[in-house]
Amino acid sequence: MVVVRTVTSFGRSGTFDWLYQRVTALVLIAYTLFIVGFIFFSDDFGYESWSALFAQSWVRIFSLVTLLSTVVHAWIGLWSVVTDYITNRMMGPKATALRLLVEVLLAAVAVIYVVWGVEILWGV
Amino acid sequence: MLKVSIYRYNPETDKAPYMQDYELDTEGKDLMVLDVLELLKAQDPTLSFRRSCREGVCGSDGMNISSKNGLACTTPLSEAAPKGKLVLRPLPGLPVIRDLVVDMEQFYEQYKKIEPYLQNDTPAPAIERLQSPEDREKLDGLYECILCACCSTACPSFWWNPDKFIGPAGLLQAYRFLADSRDTATDERLSNLDDPFSVFRCHGIQNCVNVCPKGLNPTRAIGHIRNMLLTRAV
Repeated sequence: MVVVRTVTSFGRSGTFDWLYQRVTALVLIAYTLFIVGFIFFSDDFGYESWSALFAQSWVRIFSLVTLLSTVVHAWIGLWSVVTDYITNRMMGPKATALRLLVEVLLAAVAVIYVVWGVEILWGV
Repeated sequence: MLKVSIYRYNPETDKAPYMQDYELDTEGKDLMVLDVLELLKAQDPTLSFRRSCREGVCGSDGMNISSKNGLACTTPLSEAAPKGKLVLRPLPGLPVIRDLVVDMEQFYEQYKKIEPYLQNDTPAPAIERLQSPEDREKLDGLYECILCACCSTACPSFWWNPDKFIGPAGLLQAYRFLADSRDTATDERLSNLDDPFSVFRCHGIQNCVNVCPKGLNPTRAIGHIRNMLLTRAV
């Protein structure tokens, strides 16, 4: 019995990857509705109300959770794309190197965004 | 006159595959695509295709008929060539052996992986393992699969990863044994499907449902497997 096992997926298994992707999608929807709702329904939308909003800890935490959700969601999705199109079956051994390169770049972008995001959220 | 364009490839003589045009007088009859192939083979004996039962039971003549996978023997011209032009190609994604004949090895490898036979570790009863009518009903819509490969070869996930993704046909059969009240290997079966490829490369686009000549629904079966995996995991 040949069983496919990979260590590069995000979760412990395909099941958890699937679950993480759905849960993070819900967080992204909630945050999008929250921010768009705030912009459209606040009477005096501007610098004052915006900075007052982000002065609250729970908004910063919600924002950070959303940022982390984006990273997890994007990683699982893009890992699927990369393993669909850059395969050893189609390209030979060089696919491994190319896939690794793309994955390292994605991981680097993810780390940069998270650190940068924390800096922005708690920096002002 | 019916215009027919057929994918031809003989690896022993052709550098590359090409489309060959034929014309056939159907005498106004609404023939099945397989009848057309048989009549054309009488004209040109080099034309190769698989066939056996000619009534949609054996699954030998799965092919790409005017851009949609189906069985040649049960697809009428009125459906496949309403404007008098029929285009026949081999099932997409599998290696071509010759003309419309494909190498099904990858497809059967995936079928083999799901261990498509009843496994029961309890002592065999004297006569037979009984099943209630309700439990038997759970196998409806699953056992009818004839393994023609129309669904799996219509699935982009199977095109990209035929060595890792089990594909709709294999997964429909995987669920057929997961759903069987007489099978006791449910947990082992689920463990073998829990990786990111075997089941989870299905993104639910339902190409499989769209082409199945038996009207089965592999996407729904895959959804049931996913729910079983989730229930076990969380």
